[in-house]
Amino acid sequence: MKAILKNVVMAAGLACSMVALPAFAQGDIPRTPDGKPDFNGIWQALGTAHLDLETHAARPGPVVEMGALAAFPGGMGVVEGGKIPYKPEALQQKLENQENWLQRDPLVACKLPGVPRANYIPYPFQIFQAPDTTLISYQFAGADRIVYMDKPDFESQVDSWMGHNIGRWEGDTLVITVTGQMPDTWFDQSGNWHSWKMSVEERYTLMGPNHIQYEATITDPDVFEEPWTISMPLYRRIEPNAMMLEFKCVEFVEELLYGQYRKPSVE
Amino acid sequence: MNSRLITLAVSMTVAATLTAQTFGADSNYIAPRNEWGQPDLRGVWNFSTNTPLERPAKYADQEYLTADQVAMIREEALAEIARSDGNSDQGGVGGYNQFWIEGVPIEENTRTSLLIDPPNGRMPKRVAGAPVAFGGLGPDIQGELPVRFTVGGIGKDHPEQRGLSERCLMGFNSVPPFMPSMYNNNVQLFQNKDHVVIFNEMIHEARIVPIDGRSRLPADVEQWTGDSRGHWEGDTLVVETTNFTGKTQSFRGTGVSSDMHLIERFTRVSDDQVNYTFTVNDLKAFEAPFTVEVPMHKMEEELYEYACHEGNYGMVNILRGQRIEDGTYIDASGN
Repeated sequence: MKAILKNVVMAAGLACSMVALPAFAQGDIPRTPDGKPDFNGIWQALGTAHLDLETHAARPGPVVEMGALAAFPGGMGVVEGGKIPYKPEALQQKLENQENWLQRDPLVACKLPGVPRANYIPYPFQIFQAPDTTLISYQFAGADRIVYMDKPDFESQVDSWMGHNIGRWEGDTLVITVTGQMPDTWFDQSGNWHSWKMSVEERYTLMGPNHIQYEATITDPDVFEEPWTISMPLYRRIEPNAMMLEFKCVEFVEELLYGQYRKPSVE
Repeated sequence: MNSRLITLAVSMTVAATLTAQTFGADSNYIAPRNEWGQPDLRGVWNFSTNTPLERPAKYADQEYLTADQVAMIREEALAEIARSDGNSDQGGVGGYNQFWIEGVPIEENTRTSLLIDPPNGRMPKRVAGAPVAFGGLGPDIQGELPVRFTVGGIGKDHPEQRGLSERCLMGFNSVPPFMPSMYNNNVQLFQNKDHVVIFNEMIHEARIVPIDGRSRLPADVEQWTGDSRGHWEGDTLVVETTNFTGKTQSFRGTGVSSDMHLIERFTRVSDDQVNYTFTVNDLKAFEAPFTVEVPMHKMEEELYEYACHEGNYGMVNILRGQRIEDGTYIDASGN
């Protein structure tokens, strides 16, 4: 009994001293049987990065009938240094995209969101971690990424919407290099875009049992003056019954995409 | 060749003796364990087959092919490939040549049918009045909405008249239960402590299966791929699925999937093979449950992204083409 009490006191002392620490101590995070940080679970971002990666004021939405629900609330940006370093002509393209957001945003048409956008749209995703091949499955459009942890030299064979994903460990950080992405995906609902030359280096670091610090560095010499980085926390969906249900959004965009080809009704 | 046939004959004798065992499997095989201590089913598996679903009448009660029959089937298949490949005289441009068509050598599965129950290898009778509709690559068929089959359509008035694969909603070989088809018969299995994912390459269909004993979705919450729960029975992963929508079929052109209770079993029988066995229970569609066994073979290759909807120019072209033929096409400028 005495020994147990002593341990409790010690644990309490440790917990107190940890509050003062800026980062979490080693051993405070869940680990897989092979000792790696355990990212298994359902995760989701909070905030307004999906609307606009940069700090932005509130602005009206595009659908009159949706009123306040489609309007953009103001929000703090997630880009380190504040602004995305566009080349001048590429910035023009962004502004034009933004002007025509609803007509051009691939997510409106239920297209696969690409990386990093898939990680901070307001839908959950689930990680199934393994030493050799990890799956990241997203609710939106049933998007998936197969991350190869054991094939550092495996090169992209053909461009894809969710990219070619090669993972590795840097200490307790999971680093995924994403190449071979289609040029058709965007970063947010503000027309931020990239070319087929983009490569993304993602860094996932567990900050405790229920938080990931997520960073992504974007390199695309055709569009940006220099590489730039976004960072944000990802939160575990901790409700005991959390589950990713199906969202096959194709069904809900057929009228939008194909309605103009519908046979006219006979009057 | 000779030694292969001899091996085959010997194995056949073993199979005949151990009727409960899967052909070709070593009954002493113990699957490797993953880091959670579960049988390791992970990897990419190919479920192509050259074995028919139903046993041809000529085999009567014969469950397995003889070595002579295997040799004969193989010769016939080679002759057929030689005859048809490169021959475009099929009317029209044709759909697929031999390059596309996946199969496995017949000796990989010498069962006379994929159906293992009923024991005669034949489908149970359809229930009278059950909805039946087959699509296909030919002309559109007569039919009603909703279109529950995958390939083809019942008209070109609007997208809902097309099959589910053409709409990129369900793959023609990834609808649970998944059945071997002409191509893309690849599934990758993922596992962690409390989940299994059955990831069909076709239309990137990742079905997440909790194995932590959690309760099912409410009965009125339906999903295209249902609501799956798994558990281990010995070294076999058993997946039970309910809550399908009314928008797909139960099996083989028949029934409504919301009436189906599906049980799938995954058993690793060797380093290179997982047996996929499923039982369809839909007494509104078929007079009895039935069970199909499909051996799946290990692939040392990676899945590719099957971005179906993203590249679905076909749907636009089918509908627009028909509007132009009808004289009702309105282009972007309003003409």
